[in-house]
Amino acid sequence: MTTLAMAVSDSLTITRRNLIKVKRVPDLIVFATLSPIMFVLLFRYVFGSAIPVPGGLSYAEFLLPGIFAQTVIFGSTITGASLAEDLQKGLIDRFRSLPMARSAVLVGRTVADLGLNVLTIAVMMITGLLVGWRIHTSVGEAILGVLLLLVFAYAMSWVMALVGLLVRTPEVVNNASFIVIFPITFIANTFVPIDNFPPVLKTFAEWNPVSAVVQGARELFGNVVPGTPPPESWALQNPVLYVFIWVVGFLVIFVPLSVRTYRRTASR
Amino acid sequence: MTDAIVVEGLVKRFGATTALDGVDLTVTEGSVLGLLGPNGAGKTTVVRILTTLLLADAGRAEVVGLDVVRDADAVRASIGLTGQYAAVDEYLTGFENLEMVGRLYHLRKGEARSRAGELLERFDLSDAADRPAKTYSGGMRRRLDIAASLINRPRVLFLDEPTTGLDPRSRLAMWEFIAELADGGTTILLTTQYLEEADRLADRMVVIDRGKVIARGTGDELKAQVGGQRLEFTLARAVDIVEATKRLRPLAVDEPRSDEQSRRLSLPVRGGTEVLAEALRRLEGSGVEVLDVGLRRPDLDDVFLTLTGHAAEEAGDVDDETREPDRTTTGREPAPTAGSTR
Repeated sequence: MTTLAMAVSDSLTITRRNLIKVKRVPDLIVFATLSPIMFVLLFRYVFGSAIPVPGGLSYAEFLLPGIFAQTVIFGSTITGASLAEDLQKGLIDRFRSLPMARSAVLVGRTVADLGLNVLTIAVMMITGLLVGWRIHTSVGEAILGVLLLLVFAYAMSWVMALVGLLVRTPEVVNNASFIVIFPITFIANTFVPIDNFPPVLKTFAEWNPVSAVVQGARELFGNVVPGTPPPESWALQNPVLYVFIWVVGFLVIFVPLSVRTYRRTASR
Repeated sequence: MTDAIVVEGLVKRFGATTALDGVDLTVTEGSVLGLLGPNGAGKTTVVRILTTLLLADAGRAEVVGLDVVRDADAVRASIGLTGQYAAVDEYLTGFENLEMVGRLYHLRKGEARSRAGELLERFDLSDAADRPAKTYSGGMRRRLDIAASLINRPRVLFLDEPTTGLDPRSRLAMWEFIAELADGGTTILLTTQYLEEADRLADRMVVIDRGKVIARGTGDELKAQVGGQRLEFTLARAVDIVEATKRLRPLAVDEPRSDEQSRRLSLPVRGGTEVLAEALRRLEGSGVEVLDVGLRRPDLDDVFLTLTGHAAEEAGDVDDETREPDRTTTGREPAPTAGSTR
């Protein structure tokens, strides 16, 4: 087998292994989808009445792309927590003692988590349609919107992979990522328009890649009112390009770094 | 005969701790080496370096003639590893676990599946083949773990404390499996804390302590080095130790050891059961009340006391081998007492 064929075959084997777990532990999916449904309902009905959206857009339309983004980004923490668990249970040792591709455990992990995110997005979109969210663009654009969300989450998975390999305790990975992900998904245009943010937060939100993911998704789903003044920052004027730059940046840095860490890691 | 494993001057440090301090050893192809030592002696570190999981700071190691650093991938293709705790995926069934490992050794799908079935059969796991490993007992998990390390028919098998934490029955079953493998010609490096285990399975033994080899040889050679048998008394009253020691000292070939708290007296002796009878005769009429007496062959504790001057249990100070949480509760079991009256 060539090196590449081996890497692909090994990654598929690991992906399958990870997905079997999802099948055997249905709670995983239930909770992965319940909390976003809860978020949709809470924000839609509790804050929805109090948060005015520019251009007279309904809050449900404004909110849903934000919830999508926050949820898939949180979904990427599963990558870190699961790798930490595999380390703790000695499975990484077993994999490292096999003549398999050095990247396969990480690729298989991130791909399986991507699959989980696809499922989560599907559930959220259905919930969204039930509470008044609509897609106003073509099927092609809508698919691009979903891809934008998934690709960014996939890149975040590789960041979390490194965190999981370094932190080594699933609970700590979860708590640590909560502390980071909560602010970056809140100091953004996720739930409220950023125009009235205090200056420092506003600048942060304008250049926050999460804002760009949300802005890009809103545009691709048609959840913006035509004719509203364009956002002030370049990042939000060119959200898809800006997100793409972050994705490439994350992958270029964190794929080699995570694989390198995996090669040297050893459970203690 | 060629050597399946060659280790020269292996050094490994973890921060300020020196886990391995120049370890040399060789294992002849087709033989079983018992690597003995207490927790933290460095046994696991040796295994981890030989199985390409860890890089040594100095020295070199070869497995089946391949350098474990330069030819790591080729080494991985020829070895099997069973770590200190069963590295099985608990959400997969026994069959799925073995099939996955087979695929990762790049066996074809059909081959991986038939090999998985074969090994489940051999390790008495056929009935549980389609149950998630989560539902397995400790002994079953360990068997599944060993089965996984045999998928590729490895030339060299590393077993890191394969019976730690197992109940006596599972331990015996495990010994039989290992003996069978050895008979089949697999080279095995086995780490253990139990001299009895090494005695039963290993052709040769290497004893390490604090990262250094302190003894090597066959089981008999080691025991000869330690000094043969010991007569052990447990007395009813601690005050009797003095009187008993006085009366029994002539029988001892070396200095007797005693412990007031456990009311134990231990004498190195030669001569088997006659010495035991003689000792009891000497205590007659002395008023010393004996609760328990036995003639013991040396165990790892004795090896350690003799070779290092400290007991095996106190030796561990390197933290790389103390991961298993139930390790302390499984404890050590004394070697069987030859000619014991217990």
